Amino acid sequence: MRSIIPILTVVAALMAIWYAGAIWMNSKWALDQAERAGVELSLSEIVTDTLAQERPVLPAPHQVVTELWQTTVEKNITSKRSLVFHGWITLSATLLGFIFGTGLGVLLAVGIVYSRAMDMSVMPWAIASQTIPILAIAPMLVVVMNTIGATDFLGKDTAEALFGTQPAFMKGLLPKAVIAAYLSFFPVVVGMVKGLRAPDAMQLDLMRTYSASGAATFWKLRLPSSMPYFFTSLKIGIAASLVGAIVAELSASPIRGLGGRMLTGSYYGQTLQIWAALIGAAVLAAALVGLIGALQRGTLRRMGMKP
Amino acid sequence: MDQDVVIEANNLDLTFQTNDGPVHALKDVNLTINKGDFVSFIGPSGCGKTTFLRAMAALEEPSNGSITVNGMSADEARRNRAYGYVFQAAGLYPWRTIAGNIKLPLEIMGFSKAEMAEHVNKVLELVDLKGFGKKFPWQLSGGMQQRASIARALAFDADILLMDEPFGALDEIVRDHLNEQLLELWARTEKTIGFVTHSIPEAVYLSTKIVVMSPRPGRITDIIESTLPKDRSLDIRDTQEFIDIAHRVREGLRAGHGDDA
Repeated sequence: MRSIIPILTVVAALMAIWYAGAIWMNSKWALDQAERAGVELSLSEIVTDTLAQERPVLPAPHQVVTELWQTTVEKNITSKRSLVFHGWITLSATLLGFIFGTGLGVLLAVGIVYSRAMDMSVMPWAIASQTIPILAIAPMLVVVMNTIGATDFLGKDTAEALFGTQPAFMKGLLPKAVIAAYLSFFPVVVGMVKGLRAPDAMQLDLMRTYSASGAATFWKLRLPSSMPYFFTSLKIGIAASLVGAIVAELSASPIRGLGGRMLTGSYYGQTLQIWAALIGAAVLAAALVGLIGALQRGTLRRMGMKP
Repeated sequence: MDQDVVIEANNLDLTFQTNDGPVHALKDVNLTINKGDFVSFIGPSGCGKTTFLRAMAALEEPSNGSITVNGMSADEARRNRAYGYVFQAAGLYPWRTIAGNIKLPLEIMGFSKAEMAEHVNKVLELVDLKGFGKKFPWQLSGGMQQRASIARALAFDADILLMDEPFGALDEIVRDHLNEQLLELWARTEKTIGFVTHSIPEAVYLSTKIVVMSPRPGRITDIIESTLPKDRSLDIRDTQEFIDIAHRVREGLRAGHGDDA
C-alpha cells in the first residue's frame, strides 16, 4: 500500500496539533490552580498536568482512548455507563429511521417520476423540509409524540408481553426514528428521481416497440437503471439518519444514546465523555457507510455492472 | 393492391411543433413496401428518413395521411408486436448478459422459459454470436454489441425488421462485414427490412429498393428498384450495374439539394 505513508503523515500531523492544542488550552486551568496554591510550575510540570486533567477543556488523544476503552471493553454492555449500550440505542433509532426514510423516499420518487402533479407539488416541499433546522423541529416532535403517546416501539405493554421486560432501545425510539427518517428520506428522493429518469429516450422507445406495460418498463428498465443512484443516496441517507438520531437524543427522554451522552457530558463538564461519544458516533457512521458501500459493490457486481 | 403489401404510406405528413415554430419533417410521402423487400432510406440529415421509419413503428404520430403496417394502423401493428426495431446505438442493458438482453422482449411478451431458451439460441446463431450468451455487453466489441441488438430485435420473430442507421457508429471494415452478414440473415429469414442509412454504397449493396429523400420539407425524391441479383457478395460493388445505381442515388440526392437553392 503506497498510500499508507501519506496517511500516517497526516495522522501524525493531526496528533501533534491536537496535543499542542491540549497543552495550550488546558494550561490556563493548570496555571490558575498553581497561582492559587502559590507555586511556580516548570514547563514539564505544565505539560504533565495539562495532559492528565480530569475535566480538560480539550482532552488529549490518549485520554479519549482510555475513556473509550473503559466505557466499551471494561464495562458490561448492559450497563448504562457503557458506550456500547448507548451506541446500540442510537444505532437502533438510526436503522429504523433509515428504513422509514428510504421507504418513504423511494415511494415519493416513484410518485414524482410517474405523476406530473406530484412532480410539481412534492419536490418543492421536500426541499423546503430540509431548509428547516432539525434542531428546531426535533424538540417539538418529541413533545407532540409524547403527548399522543407514540414514543415506544411496539408500546410498553406489547413489548413486555413479548419479551418479559421492555428492551431498553425500544423506549422512546419512535420520535428519534421519525427525525432520523426526516433527514434521510431527502437524499433518497433526489437520487431515486434521477435514477428512475436515467433511461434515455431510446431505451424508453425500445420498450414502446415491445408494447411493454408500464409495470414492465418500471421493473425491467427504470428500477435496474436507478441502482447506482440508489446506493449513492443510501450512503448519504444513512449518515444523515445517524445525525438525526443523535440530534433527536438531545431532546428525547430518557436521555440515552450517543446524543444523550454528549448532552449529560456537557451538563457536568465531562469533556472526556463528550469526546468519547463523538468518536463513537464517527466510528458508527464510518461502519454504516462502509456497510452500504459493500452492499453496493456486491449488488452491482451481481448485476454485471462493469467493475 | 395485392396481399404482399406490408407497409403502405399514403400522403403522409408529419409536422413537429417546436419552440421555433413548426418543423415539416415529412410532406406528402407515398410508399409501398412488399413482403421480403429490403428497403433503404437515404438522404442528408434532416430529410425525415428516421422520422419516416419511426412513423412506421408508431413511435411518431403522423399529422396527416395514413400509414398501414400489415393492413393495420401503425399503432395497432406496434401493439401486435409486428416489427423488431434496431436503434443507432446497441442500447443493451449493462446489467443483463447478452442472452438476458435478447430475452428482454420475450419476457415482456410472456414467452415460456423453454421457448425463450430456444429463441435465444436461434437468434444468437443467426447473428453469429454463438457462445457469447453469458458475456456482459461491456465484454463485447461495438460491432458485436450491435449484432446482439439485432438478435434482440429478431428474438420474437416479427416479420418486419426496422433498422435506424444500425451501423452508423462503426468503422468501415466492421460495417462491410456486418452488411454481408445482414444480407445472409435476410436471405435465411425472408424478413421485410426497412433500413435507414446515409451511406450510398451501403444502401445500394443491401437494398432491393432504395428510397432517396431530401430535406425541408422531408420528402421522397426518387425510388429506385435495384436490378442487382438478390444473392450478392461484396465484390458486386465493383460492377458497372452497381456503379450505375449508386450514380442514380447520388443524382437523386443532388436534385433534392438543388430544389433548396
